[in-house]
Amino acid sequence: MNAVQCVDICKTYLQGDQEIKALDHVSIDIAEGGFVCLSAPSGGGKTTLLNAIGGLDIPDSGEVYVGGERIDNLSKGDLADLRLAKIGFVFQAYNLIPVLTARENVEFVMQVQGVSANARRQKSMAILQEVGLEGLEDRRPAEMSGGQQQRVAVARAIVSNPELVLADEPTANLDSRTSSELMDLFTELNETHATTFVVATHDKRVMAYAKRLIKMLDGRIVDDIQQKAA
Amino acid sequence: MRLLQTVSKLAWRNLWRNHRRTIIMVGAITLGVWAMIFMTALIRGMVDNMITDGLRALPGHVQVHHPAFRDDPSVENLIGVSDAEIRRRFESTDIESWASRVKVPAVITSERESRGIVLFGIDPAREVGISFVADDMSDGRFLEDESDSGIVIGAKLADTLETEVGKRVVLMSQDPDNEVADRGFRVVGLFDASLDAFEETMVFAGKETLQRMLKIGDAVSEVAVQGDDYRDVTALTDEVRQLFSGNEEVLPWAELDSYLGSMLDVMDGFVLVWMVVIFMALSFGLVNTLVMAVFERVREIGLMMALGMRPGSILAQIVVESILLLLVGLLFGNLIAYASIEPLKTGIDVSIVAEGMEMMGVSTVLYPKMMLKDVLLANAVVLVLGFLASLSPAWRASRYEPIEAITKV
Ligand SMILES: Nc1ncnc2c1ncn2[C@@H]1O[C@H](COP(=O)(O)OP(=O)(O)OP(=O)(O)O)[C@@H](O)[C@H]1O
Ligand SMILES: [Mg+2]
Repeated sequence: MNAVQCVDICKTYLQGDQEIKALDHVSIDIAEGGFVCLSAPSGGGKTTLLNAIGGLDIPDSGEVYVGGERIDNLSKGDLADLRLAKIGFVFQAYNLIPVLTARENVEFVMQVQGVSANARRQKSMAILQEVGLEGLEDRRPAEMSGGQQQRVAVARAIVSNPELVLADEPTANLDSRTSSELMDLFTELNETHATTFVVATHDKRVMAYAKRLIKMLDGRIVDDIQQKAA
Repeated sequence: MRLLQTVSKLAWRNLWRNHRRTIIMVGAITLGVWAMIFMTALIRGMVDNMITDGLRALPGHVQVHHPAFRDDPSVENLIGVSDAEIRRRFESTDIESWASRVKVPAVITSERESRGIVLFGIDPAREVGISFVADDMSDGRFLEDESDSGIVIGAKLADTLETEVGKRVVLMSQDPDNEVADRGFRVVGLFDASLDAFEETMVFAGKETLQRMLKIGDAVSEVAVQGDDYRDVTALTDEVRQLFSGNEEVLPWAELDSYLGSMLDVMDGFVLVWMVVIFMALSFGLVNTLVMAVFERVREIGLMMALGMRPGSILAQIVVESILLLLVGLLFGNLIAYASIEPLKTGIDVSIVAEGMEMMGVSTVLYPKMMLKDVLLANAVVLVLGFLASLSPAWRASRYEPIEAITKV
């Protein structure tokens, strides 16, 4: 079964009286346990595609399946449940809840899932250590650098072992050492838990970690390269 | 349950994000709640005064009459058992405060004027604590016992009749055989009453003296019984009813004086309206605050939904935030109301403004009365209406699109 399947999806935005095809008949299958990098120049449609897969945005046409379940016709509430149960997100623009500390942000998803306080605390502390943020767990987002905030977001995305992680520019604010540490962490999770990763990035070094590289341009897939044995 | 915890934590944190706005809002709620409780306590005190005064003007809490007496308060409709038997029956109970009376229409005549009045034959010792007269003498003395041969009239009536203490007047009524029964009395005292009407129409004589004048033996027209609390006289009414085993009419005060009786209900309604009106003023601020709070948080609300929080939980979060705000305001409002009413328990002198209100039976010292039921009502009004008022902004928040939140830069 495919972790993600998109069948001929289109998404058009209107800007003024100009139509922008953010997704132009895109079809992809991503196998379970896949590690896919989406690369495209700015405006190429990466975020739009990730949002469609995550059920945050409904395409104008076409079908989207996650874990074999069709999602483009689900209700808001059901989509929320699906995201909560199956998907870890790192968003491009805005990730953390300002009134919560780093640890509480990491725990947020687990808390909504109903994980007990002890288990939450244990998991969040461990993951914060892995992303190199020990000692910062009680800071609020406003008291952390952009890179630190991004690592909190990554920690939150993976802490509850989702089946699928959708990460939009997860290394944008990170130096090369921290970003390769993060990618090592992704790779390890991908191998040990068979977590499926879809990572949108501009960063050549990040692309090197992926088993499969999908290149987009103006809302279309222009290249689909298997980099390593899957 | 855990979700509620999460939601409450977020709501509480969010509440204190904009300190200034929250403090202003808490202040407004506090003020509103204070106004609700304080004003209500004043109103209650006022009504309490009116009713207590009204009841002291003779009705007592429960009265016993011949079944026809209220339609025709004449000497023909006397209570069917003798005064001695009534005394025996009351002494077999633990009811302490009761008084039997002769009560007939009569005409009082001085050398200059005559007037129709209601003539009461009383036992002064038994009236203590039930009726006002003995406490409010303006001249002369009160009746000494039930065979006192003098009478006590209102100060106003004395003016009208152009008589005074020490002068003689003639009282004229009918005996049970429809014969004129009359007798000369010396005026021994004048009383003041909260209502002019009382001073003009009530005349008091000894019970035995009147029984002899009217030739009615040991009979009386009414028994007034006083309980502990005028608000709760059902048990007392039942007990007295038992004493007269259904032969006489036994009624609580609210039925005897429907004007006074309706006062309580009218005031309950008024209090509720007052509270709702204050809340309306508050709710504008509350809804505004919430709308702003929600508007400012478009992004993080969207983010929470993007992460998998259901719209319903978002709605709950805003509602909880509003309720927490209300609870904080209620806490202070109740405390301040209590703190401001407690020192006034000894009475507020309102004689300056009360002149014109004497007509309504309002006396000049107001004792604010903070009742648990009113405090609970104020709190309930604020919470329930506050909850309803927060639904609309909360609903709006739950309709946000997660995508808006996470893509806007
Ligand atoms: N809400 C929107 N309204 C109008 N146009 C939009 C909207 N969202 C995206 N677009 C347009 O759709 C196209 C694809 O946008 P998208 O955000 O998917 O690109 P991207 O590959 O993620 O770019 P970047 O690397 O800059 O994040 C762009 O031309 C963008 O301007
Ligand atoms: Mg993007």
